[in-house]
Amino acid sequence: MAFVAIADRDHEHALHDPQSFIRKYIWSQDHKVIAVQYALVAISIGLVALTMSVLMRLQLGFPDTFNIIAPQEYYQYITMHGMIMVIYLLTALFLGGFGNYLIPLMLGARDMVFPYLNMLSFWFYLLAVLVLVAGFFVPGGPTGAGWTLYPPQAVLPGTPGATWGIICMLASLAIFIVAFTMGGLNYVTTVLQARCRGMTFMRMPLSVWGIFMASILGLLAFPALFVSAIMMALDSLIGTSFFMPAVASMGEKTVHTGGSPLLFQHLFWFFGHPEVYIVALPAFGIVSDLLSTHARRNIFGYRMMVWAILAIGCLSFVVWAHHMYVSGMNPYFGFFFATTTLIIAVPTAIKVYNWVLTIWRGDVHLTVPMLFAIGFIFTFINGGLTGLFLGNVTVDVPLSGTYFVVAHFHMVMGVSPILVVFGAIYHWYPKITGRMFDEALGKFHFWMTFLGAYAIFLPMHYMGILGVPRRYYGYSDAIQFIPPSVHEANEWISISAMIVAATQLVFLYNLIHSYFKGPVADPNPWRATTLEWQTPQTPPKHGNWGKDLPEVHRWAYDYSVPGAPEDFIPQNVPHSDKTPVGREHGVPT
Amino acid sequence: MLIAIALIVLVVATVLFHFLSPWYFTPIASNWDTVDATVDVTFWVTGVVFVAVNLFLAYCIIRYRHRKGNKAHYEPENKKLEWWLTGITSVGIAAMLAPGLSVWAKFVTVPEDAAAVEVLGQQWAWSYRFPGKDGELGASHAHLISVDNPFGMDPNDPVGQDDVLVSNPQLHLPIDKPVKMLLRAKDVNHQFAVPQFRVKMDMVPGMVTHFWFTPTRTGEFDVLCEQLCGMAHFAMRGRVVVNTQEDFDKWLDAQPTFEQTLTATKGDPVAGQALFATCTACHGAKGEGNRELNAPKLSGQADWYLVRQLQSFKAGVRGSNDQDAPAKQMIPFASMLADDAAVRNVVAYIKTLPEVRPAASVVGDPVRGKELYETCSACHGDTAKGIWATNAPRLSNMSDWYMARQLQHFRDGIRGGHPQDFHGAQMRSMAKVLADDQDVADVLDYIRTL
Repeated sequence: MAFVAIADRDHEHALHDPQSFIRKYIWSQDHKVIAVQYALVAISIGLVALTMSVLMRLQLGFPDTFNIIAPQEYYQYITMHGMIMVIYLLTALFLGGFGNYLIPLMLGARDMVFPYLNMLSFWFYLLAVLVLVAGFFVPGGPTGAGWTLYPPQAVLPGTPGATWGIICMLASLAIFIVAFTMGGLNYVTTVLQARCRGMTFMRMPLSVWGIFMASILGLLAFPALFVSAIMMALDSLIGTSFFMPAVASMGEKTVHTGGSPLLFQHLFWFFGHPEVYIVALPAFGIVSDLLSTHARRNIFGYRMMVWAILAIGCLSFVVWAHHMYVSGMNPYFGFFFATTTLIIAVPTAIKVYNWVLTIWRGDVHLTVPMLFAIGFIFTFINGGLTGLFLGNVTVDVPLSGTYFVVAHFHMVMGVSPILVVFGAIYHWYPKITGRMFDEALGKFHFWMTFLGAYAIFLPMHYMGILGVPRRYYGYSDAIQFIPPSVHEANEWISISAMIVAATQLVFLYNLIHSYFKGPVADPNPWRATTLEWQTPQTPPKHGNWGKDLPEVHRWAYDYSVPGAPEDFIPQNVPHSDKTPVGREHGVPT
Repeated sequence: MLIAIALIVLVVATVLFHFLSPWYFTPIASNWDTVDATVDVTFWVTGVVFVAVNLFLAYCIIRYRHRKGNKAHYEPENKKLEWWLTGITSVGIAAMLAPGLSVWAKFVTVPEDAAAVEVLGQQWAWSYRFPGKDGELGASHAHLISVDNPFGMDPNDPVGQDDVLVSNPQLHLPIDKPVKMLLRAKDVNHQFAVPQFRVKMDMVPGMVTHFWFTPTRTGEFDVLCEQLCGMAHFAMRGRVVVNTQEDFDKWLDAQPTFEQTLTATKGDPVAGQALFATCTACHGAKGEGNRELNAPKLSGQADWYLVRQLQSFKAGVRGSNDQDAPAKQMIPFASMLADDAAVRNVVAYIKTLPEVRPAASVVGDPVRGKELYETCSACHGDTAKGIWATNAPRLSNMSDWYMARQLQHFRDGIRGGHPQDFHGAQMRSMAKVLADDQDVADVLDYIRTL
């Protein structure tokens, strides 16, 4: 049978709207419901990780005043905070949340191509979160090996949670990866197969490009983590020696011999570096759409943006050992990985230029989503540039293991993506809920978060240059090179951190309150071009499009097209006198 | 508008912070000033980009902010501009990468005349090994590690016999001599890092890693572990003392060789009994301790710990603080033990003394104490029997009033403040977990149940 695109077979399928409450909202196969389920779980577990960061900051800022956490708890919290934020919040929220919501809507599809698998993906994700949380209730508590889980220490005494805790973590990761694989295959297949008529690849919004590429990266990278989780679990449970060399742990011989701790690091970072882009690429894509919409201008250099996403995605698989310059691997690797790492800065820089150039000659509306998008550009420039320090092997050596690293990765893959998450939530909130959020509270949330986060992380760079080591529960006065000003700065950083954390409650209040009390939203309040704003109902109903699927006639960025009376032309609007053909791309001026 | 102003203010504030904050590299103490130069180049290139792009962004926001009648310019792409930007970026990247790689080429090339020094990391202490007269380090293996052979040396390897062993977290190095640091770990990953030397490397069990540098000024430098190695990672402290060649040679000659540590006497309890007579006045005939005389129970305590404490008293490392009268009192008595052999003998005798149960004198809440003890157990063990490998003495069945006082002393900086008392300094960091006397009482009451 000849291949017929899904969009051309739409009439063959009845929609079977779910009737019962459970099928509609709990065991739902609707991508929009699953997206919200993913987002709610991710935000909830993210709040746990946020709370842990406040406890850690209390310890670091006021070590003698607040004696609430002991060293083992500190190490458990840094581990759980890191892992939750990277995997269970950001990865899940960008792909399970935004990926699920946006892919079918932006591409003019009725749903994901495998709705049942999509539902399973969420429930496995929830299970992964529950197993992770179970770590808090097992003997010894959760693992305190650091989110990198390096063996041998992750499974040897002296590290908190080295018996039960680490197993919970590894099991949870394995389940998460199963959940991600079901979701990721779905996202990729949907992008490949379920685009509506006229939606060519080079007409897809960059949000979809970012999520699409991130899903591919995830499908290729997560297996490395999956196997290392299994191998480490075997080392721990039945005494294999994949990662475990002969050691004298607490003065006693162990059963292990001959394993390689560095093998784990290679596997971990083979996953871990693409993971950075699994989080970053969706953020890149989404922020491109926010900037374009709110600046009323086409995204600048669309094709370059797409190629940059692809280039970054490919290069992200050949830079992993820049996390290991001082790991004890053959130092000659440093030449290769420093070169690839600095090369990846070129496509990344192009993206930054194009974001700024989208604002240039635009008609900039400083809405709440736009503020977050601009904030992102600033923090991402900062975090990206410090990446050039750490990626260049010689410069990395004095800085690795210090607060410079903490500042860098929080700026680049903590603050920056989370600013996009906030901007995106505000941007799509009216579509998802049908209500408008409170703009004043949104602006308050932006300013406190943006300025507060910078106040937290800017000083940390310089503490790191001074040499202040990271992952320290406390800094005794016996360390000579650390002046008292560092301890004072730690107090201020902690105060900023608590203010930023408290501000997130305002955000939650805004989300919840507006859901019930917010004014009813316009179906397309930002006057955006992309398809999700053109649904017949807001919020979109099951099946998204009513009787007929949309048909696309132009790219996603026909803002302020010369000759058009309106400053935007939706993608599904055919060419006419009042809605002229945009130049899309490739047409010379 | 506000956001544009905020961006400008943040850019200015960041630049000012860079130049005005008191935090920058520590004064360098090695040959790696090329590393600092590469960092400076990187700061200049990235600094220019940071300022330029952000200020342009702020300008765009102000200039193109929405006003009535404004319309954005429709321009899908501008090939020429994009290629220019790509080109300039590539040049900037190359300007940072080239010096970086050329310095790295020196880093990977260890000078042939570099002297080898082995650093041995463990949870949570440092020790060091020099190759001795033959210039070669002897074979070693993790499975040979024991309380009597903490370096895991192969006793049958003739090459290792003259290796010089430094069982102390303080390392001495001669100035202006390139040194190749060979790094080994007993248990988990560690990292040997001295900020003033700029270069560092992880230590990985099962392999020997390395880096090289030349110390360029004399002085004392803190050694930090910068690879998370468990609970007491933050308290794993050592020191490098860079000496003149002459001072270094003097120090090195005073360190024992492996052969010497093998032949050192195990201690003679019979000879020790005579020496112990002096101790009985306070500590009791069976070393059972006497609270009225501030003398803790000795019987049952680990011999390696008693040896170290006696040596510390003799050297004035313990009892140096005026607020610790009982410890001061111990110095003259410990000094009556003429040499290490005498110390070993008396400890050998103490080891033969019968175990007695000390009277309980500290009352607390053992349930709370159990929670607090979780921190302590990392070094002292789940049953508080002590672990030689973590330098942690036995706590169970020892004098509780004495431990209470020591914990208070550690917390208040009365014990563990001497620059040579590395283990005491470590305990100072840990004792802060017990915030007040109630915590101390609780944890000791729990230890009594073990």
